[in-house]
Amino acid sequence: MSQRIVIHPVTRIEGHAKVSIYVDDHGEVQSAQFHVTEFRGFEKLAEGRPLHEMPGLMSRICGICPISHILASSKAGDMILGVELPPAAYKQRRLVNCAQVLQSHSLSFFHLSSPDLLLGMDAPVERRHLFGLAEQEPEFVRRGIRLRQFGQRIIELVGGKRIHPSWGAPGGVLRPLTVEARDEILQWIPEALETVEFAIDRFKAILDRFQEEIEHLGNFPSLFMGTVNEDGELEFYDGRLRLVDAEGNIVADGLNPERYFTFLAEAAEEWSYMKFPYYKPLGYPGGIYRVGPLARVNVVHSMGTPRADRELREFRQRGWQVHNESFYYHYARLIEMLYCVEKIEELATDPEILGEVVRAKAGINHLEGIGSCEAPRGTLFHHYQVDEDGVVRKVNLLIATAQNNLAMNRAVEQAARRFVNGLRLTEGMLNRVEAAIRCYDPCLSCSTHAMGQMPLVVELRTLSGELLDRLQRD
Amino acid sequence: MSIKTLTIDGRMVTGAAGESIFDVAWNNGIRIPRLCHVGGISDVGACRLCLVEIEGWPKLAAACLTPVEEGMVVRTQTERLRRHRKLIVELLLAERNHVCSVCVQNGHCELQDLAAELGVDHVRVYYRFPRLGVDMSHERFGLDHNRCILCTRCVRVCDEVEGAHTWDVAGRGVNCMIVADMGEPWGNSETCTSCGKCVQVCPTGALFEKGKTVGEMYKDRRFLKYIVTAREKRQWIR
Ligand code: SF4
Repeated sequence: MSQRIVIHPVTRIEGHAKVSIYVDDHGEVQSAQFHVTEFRGFEKLAEGRPLHEMPGLMSRICGICPISHILASSKAGDMILGVELPPAAYKQRRLVNCAQVLQSHSLSFFHLSSPDLLLGMDAPVERRHLFGLAEQEPEFVRRGIRLRQFGQRIIELVGGKRIHPSWGAPGGVLRPLTVEARDEILQWIPEALETVEFAIDRFKAILDRFQEEIEHLGNFPSLFMGTVNEDGELEFYDGRLRLVDAEGNIVADGLNPERYFTFLAEAAEEWSYMKFPYYKPLGYPGGIYRVGPLARVNVVHSMGTPRADRELREFRQRGWQVHNESFYYHYARLIEMLYCVEKIEELATDPEILGEVVRAKAGINHLEGIGSCEAPRGTLFHHYQVDEDGVVRKVNLLIATAQNNLAMNRAVEQAARRFVNGLRLTEGMLNRVEAAIRCYDPCLSCSTHAMGQMPLVVELRTLSGELLDRLQRD
Repeated sequence: MSIKTLTIDGRMVTGAAGESIFDVAWNNGIRIPRLCHVGGISDVGACRLCLVEIEGWPKLAAACLTPVEEGMVVRTQTERLRRHRKLIVELLLAERNHVCSVCVQNGHCELQDLAAELGVDHVRVYYRFPRLGVDMSHERFGLDHNRCILCTRCVRVCDEVEGAHTWDVAGRGVNCMIVADMGEPWGNSETCTSCGKCVQVCPTGALFEKGKTVGEMYKDRRFLKYIVTAREKRQWIR
């Protein structure tokens, strides 16, 4: 008789999920699935709304990365208006995007992942959370909280509000950046740089303890996709897409994100609300690709800022040109945080960012618009069709987390095979399965456009589907 | 012109014969809530928010439509009135789809302000969630029926001040809708002069300038006083 283990809800991720682990008669894991069990229908409810409402409406998809949705949505709007942004608006958008990635990555690293990393995967569950960590490492936690605050403060200073600011619009942004706001941003830079470097040092110091996890938490070959600029450097706001394979060979380069549907497609499985995007030329599921920090760091030639580049060199010295180990998402996230702080400084010192002209105005000049940017969790696409009056007729959202769906499933299965052993479930086993998911820092609210914080359930089932054991954590 | 003396909320006030309780109260700094009244155009008593108690009267009266009378004793802020007003606002919110967080008028909406003022922290009736359209056919303006409260300010200002009479109300009950001309898309209207007066007097985000995004719409109705003064007194002053 074979069995199935279910982890539900998966904790310390954004959203709701369930993991099913199928085991055979001997308790050996045969397969595992990561299901997303909620559905929201944002694409549907946007239909019939005016184009200019879209950035605000789409921002509501997620409270962690509203900025990414505002940006992708505004960019789709720019394309529909057929305008080129005033330089100040363009730079404001880039600045806020870096701030958004920084605050989201800080949340992922300090608040969500560091309990596992610093206290250990087998630390008792009552202590293995942010507050437990705060008792043991108050300084580390304090700095992490401050760093996230920095990112959010920038969003507040530029956008007017920390979460869901009314700031981005088709054609630009709503208001110029003030000198005072710019100066405050610059004041934070030294502390932010120090915190990120401190976090990187801590992470590198403990990395060796996680050999087992590095090997088995989602270490498999796949494609990686990310946005790069003309020089092959990291780019968050606008550039071309590059795909590399598991050895780092460039599979495709210079892809125009506005033509994403020519090289990406989505498959659906009846056991999950989250779709399964894949790289079209390699088919489904062979076209499995990963996005997000690890993917971006894998595809770039260099980061494009001095400190981040130094870390990238060291990162690459730890293995091949390309890291397939999902555990390294954490590492990549840290390198990106460094890049963000450096970029924020660069953008904030650029006098053009203070420009008064921040909005290009135009009517509806194209009936279709696609906007993409690099969200904290990977490439994000918003695709709209409008009528001549600017009323939205059709929306397609391709979300970063969904693009990691195939990879997360692969990672969960691999972790389950390694750490779960048959008829009994232990906290440590389940936590490793969860940790495999958490590497991707998935945001399920975004990817299913689904609502609320959802916890994880893990179910243990026989191959025929009979439920054997179930563990739920809220 | 004869002068009437009356008591509003315990204060002795005076107003000209024919003046409404509403105007006299406001002239004396007594704020009565309203959504359909706007100074400079006629009153219709559509929103029922300005209901007041008058001693000796069996029913509540709409302050905007009730002329002052000698010796009247009016109360504008009783617990009963507050209850009624709160329910009216809840009904308005439940009748159509008010999603403030993504509305062009968010933060400067008369309905939203009133809801906040009356302590509407939730709505006790079921939302109707009607499927209503947005008319974006006009070159400069949009009409979102989801946010329309049928106050008819737009209908009156267009008729009485602009003189175009583009807007009307069609249908009955919950099917009641603001229509341009004989129910044409606004952009096809032959009577609309695109002056935008209707947009500026609209208390909510129902009428707005195209291209405005969340919270970006501010209404400016200083023009009304200017035009009305110019017309009535032949004085062109702001
Ligand atoms: S018009 Fe807009 S801001 Fe006003 S109550 Fe309705 S949705 Fe809210």
